[in-house]
Amino acid sequence: MITRLPERWQYRLLLWPLPILLLLCYVIPFAGIVTWSVTLPELGVDNYARLANDPSIHAVLWRTLHLCAIVGVCALLLAFLMAYCWLYSSSRWQRWVELCIFLPFFISVLVRTFGWLVALRNNGLVNSWLQDLGLIDSPLALTRNTLGVIIAMVHFMVPFAFFPLLSSMRQIDDRVLLAARGLGASRLRVFISVFLPQTLPGLLGAFIMVFVFCLGFFIIPAILGGGSTLMAAEYVFLQMFQTYNWGIGAALCVLMLVLVSGLVWLLMRFSRVERLVG
Amino acid sequence: MNIYRVGWLAKLLALITMGFLMLPLAAVIPVSFTGKRYLSMPEGDWSLRHYITLFHSSEWIGSIMNSAIVAISAALLATLLSTAFVIAVWYRNNKWTRWLIGLCMLPLIVPPVVSAMVLYFMTTNVSRIAPGLGYDSLPGVILAHTLLIVPFGVINMLVAISRVDRRIELAARNLGAGLWQTTWMVLLPNLRLSMLTTFLLCFILSWEEIAVTLFITSWEVITLPRQIWSGLRDNVDPVVGAISTLLIILTLTLLFLRMAIQGWRAAQRH
Repeated sequence: MITRLPERWQYRLLLWPLPILLLLCYVIPFAGIVTWSVTLPELGVDNYARLANDPSIHAVLWRTLHLCAIVGVCALLLAFLMAYCWLYSSSRWQRWVELCIFLPFFISVLVRTFGWLVALRNNGLVNSWLQDLGLIDSPLALTRNTLGVIIAMVHFMVPFAFFPLLSSMRQIDDRVLLAARGLGASRLRVFISVFLPQTLPGLLGAFIMVFVFCLGFFIIPAILGGGSTLMAAEYVFLQMFQTYNWGIGAALCVLMLVLVSGLVWLLMRFSRVERLVG
Repeated sequence: MNIYRVGWLAKLLALITMGFLMLPLAAVIPVSFTGKRYLSMPEGDWSLRHYITLFHSSEWIGSIMNSAIVAISAALLATLLSTAFVIAVWYRNNKWTRWLIGLCMLPLIVPPVVSAMVLYFMTTNVSRIAPGLGYDSLPGVILAHTLLIVPFGVINMLVAISRVDRRIELAARNLGAGLWQTTWMVLLPNLRLSMLTTFLLCFILSWEEIAVTLFITSWEVITLPRQIWSGLRDNVDPVVGAISTLLIILTLTLLFLRMAIQGWRAAQRH
């Protein structure tokens, strides 16, 4: 039956279903969110005025940006280390590094958060190890506070930073490093003056990616933060389902999307996205 | 590869990082075997009581069934939609199709909480016309998950199709095959395994989805992650330890399966 259709139509039948579905069920509903933000509870820009003036919302936003930046830097450091070791080690090492990156990557965020809850509790693994080693006398408070959230979020983000960093490192020509060694530079010097500068675009791209992913996060802060680290995404969740203040939730969503679009634009400017995924 | 080597300090630090990456997974497993009613490390009292509770609880089993239905349907839909789209893009790639690829990447770039709001809006509006298809219904969750995971399907299929030799299309066309025949008889057989890995990836992503599911369901459709979420929110339920351990094993199995498929495909190509 389909073969009787003109070829132009066969082609359209392949191309359009997905974009049309996305337009209908994703893009148009987004316009609905924008409408909510200017019509609920009443017509006007009151919600945006609140975003601009309400100190409690400012506190949430600043905390979000601040936490995302810390998490971004830490995740980048760890991912850099892993990618570096992957690139210049034996294949046995490479397989171990891959396992340590892939396994957590594919495990549900809830399982990982639960794991951190178990590991970081007052009588959890980390505290009992530290006590057994005699490093601390009383357990450190690691959950239900910001530190726990940062640890778990860094853990979540390392694989996301690993892949773009690795692909940017792979484009570095080994012979340049060897040449620098041959010209008498020390290993440290080669790393700082030759290797590091070449990974800068990758580092910047990975940082923006991790930062963007962190912005919309609310599972980890909600479980490990114990209410003390209210971040933007959890704030939206509370506005929607506990205080039923949909207008302000929608306005915050629009603001987040604007911020993310800006960051993605930066990402496209400074590094070629295809290279980061490829 | 090995002309430039890593120093011992970097290796040591990398080992510590690897420990850090594995720590939360390793912590989960012993906890699931505790004999106590509350969350604790087993101290000689190893038991399977939380596994038994898990398999006798209709809530947990029901949530697993729901998640399986949702993940299989959403992964199937996402794989089919992304394959068709990617094939069309492969035939004719121009400025417009690049815009469409950008459109398909939207759910990946947009923060999950914004996606959640958008899909909440979508499902509640569908509910006004057809209550069984929108908010807090299986079809609604399947549709929402499909939209969320489709970017990963598109990326995976784009990578796969870029490896297909363009000349096979020319050859098929020269021999008189139409677009439909070329797609079915020439392209798809070349993409079968990639479609399978795409399906597996999409399955895992939908199976684990929580942020959006929290927004678009209330009490009719409880998926597994949602059930875990309620088990974590207030008093931590030790059954979460048992299900987490099982999930880790399942993920490991799927991961090995995916690696095996890729290895087999690589071997086939040589």
